[in-house]
Amino acid sequence: MSAVLKFLGSAPWSARFGLLVIFIYVAVALFAPVLTPYSETEIVGAEFEPWGEEYVLGTDNLGRDMLTRLIYGARNTVGIAFVTTCLAFMIGGGFGLLASALGGWVDQILSRMVDVLMAIPQLIFALLILTIVGTSVPVLIIVIAVLDSTRVFRLARAVAMNIVVMDFVEVSRLRGEGTGWVIFREVLPNAMPPLVAEFGLRFCFVFLFISALSFLGLGIQPPTADWGSMVRDNATLITFGDITPLLPAGAIALLTVGVNFVVDWFLHKTSGLRDDH
Amino acid sequence: MALIKMVVQRLALGVVTLTVVSLIIFLGVELLPGDLAQAILGQAATEETVAAFRRELGLDLPPHVRYLEWLGGIFQGDMGKSLANQREISELIGGRLLNTLFLALLAAAISVPLALTLGILAALYRNSIFDRTVNVMTLSSISFPEFFVAYILILLLSINAGMFPSISNVSADLPFWDRVYRSFLPALTLTLVVVAHMMRMTRASIINLLASPYIEMANLKGIKRGRIITHHALPNALSPIINIVVLNLAYLVVGVVIVEVVFVYPGLGQLLVDSVQKRDIPVVQAASLIFAATYVLLNLTADVLSIISNPRLLHPR
Repeated sequence: MSAVLKFLGSAPWSARFGLLVIFIYVAVALFAPVLTPYSETEIVGAEFEPWGEEYVLGTDNLGRDMLTRLIYGARNTVGIAFVTTCLAFMIGGGFGLLASALGGWVDQILSRMVDVLMAIPQLIFALLILTIVGTSVPVLIIVIAVLDSTRVFRLARAVAMNIVVMDFVEVSRLRGEGTGWVIFREVLPNAMPPLVAEFGLRFCFVFLFISALSFLGLGIQPPTADWGSMVRDNATLITFGDITPLLPAGAIALLTVGVNFVVDWFLHKTSGLRDDH
Repeated sequence: MALIKMVVQRLALGVVTLTVVSLIIFLGVELLPGDLAQAILGQAATEETVAAFRRELGLDLPPHVRYLEWLGGIFQGDMGKSLANQREISELIGGRLLNTLFLALLAAAISVPLALTLGILAALYRNSIFDRTVNVMTLSSISFPEFFVAYILILLLSINAGMFPSISNVSADLPFWDRVYRSFLPALTLTLVVVAHMMRMTRASIINLLASPYIEMANLKGIKRGRIITHHALPNALSPIINIVVLNLAYLVVGVVIVEVVFVYPGLGQLLVDSVQKRDIPVVQAASLIFAATYVLLNLTADVLSIISNPRLLHPR
């Protein structure tokens, strides 16, 4: 425990700030029902009530409590983004390591497929697929996870390629270990640091991407509270100089900034990666 | 000769990519349970109506024939009809495509010089307060959702300061500067979104070179730091910089989608989002193809330009 504290103590202020932000978001997401005065979809008053005692941050375009929806948004938006990123890593990381361990035609086929998927801009591809199959949360998660796994694949393959040629991997092969052992016991532990950093960056990207789709009205569907669609629904307030609609957008920005700060520090820490000489 | 061969190879690869992309966009629709006619008319439609509608859309032909007709039509400027309002798609898209390109070019005209200047300055005064401030600011602006940046700008510059309109309703007959004025906020939003990446890469590629012996030599000769960077480091850093600039332009063309929606800018991105909401599949296909083709072509340009500006790439080891 004290070692962990000491390690955190060595972190720069930006990383500490990032860790604090992440911690608060996770706590808010976990304890959402305890923290909220009303329920997620309950209509509690008139539309667009101003900030006040009864409704701390006012109400939204349908008269639902803004604060409540903001807190539930942490659960929905962040939760879905997290699940999507995990899925993207399982697909992309798995195939990437497999491609580097097997090499040959498996590698060729997988790499060319990824090239083609990456040639189409992600947003356009996602819009096309959502038009065809319709919008729902499972579809959203699968589509974004598959599209994003291409980036993970590239990185995992590139990192693993450098590891599979090392002597200790050769030795394990000569010992007669199977592909599964080589991937999970030899390559994966050594490929962890860049993959963990990439997980943070990918999470930010997926999170922004889902929010953008929701903002366009094509992501997480009502009445589920979600930050992207909350901005969209209440955007008219901005023309009256009211900053309420900026709160969910700010919540998105704050979390991505926090994660980016932590990743930045982590990269410095693990790889000694520096751009100064 | 090697240069021409390499460029031709890349171009051929680009044509292959474009073909595959068009195939994906076309065949994606084939994945629909049932088919397009069924999806539009719904479950309640009788067999005869669906069959008649299918014939009208040409869906009774085999897929490869339809694909070739679709692609051939696009090359002749005929993209079919919108399902929502029966208008010619080329008519819907034409003016909007120009608007989108105008917006992207305006954003590029602001962001590229800005990013290069900031990048060079940050490299020149690295580890100074200026460098650190720019670094934190760019790292944050990468993390902001586009619509957040857009609404903050609207709040600050349009509603509080009243300098620019919050809705950019441009039309074809507007004089040039009026057009620039009305599309200024969306262009500024896009600028803030892309400048960070370009600036960081410019800084990184210059700083990477500063460790090389010939820079040290220049240093020892007593040349001023500013001159070393602009005359000695920059020409060699040009290849990665050009690459990153063009990649960001590619991003700009796609990034317009959200910005156009925020500012109600009559561009291709807005048409695409509207059509996705209405599930107007032919329009979505046409718009996606245009976006994807622009993206592929700009990526290809980045590839070719970086080969031309960096002779070392001609002889891969």
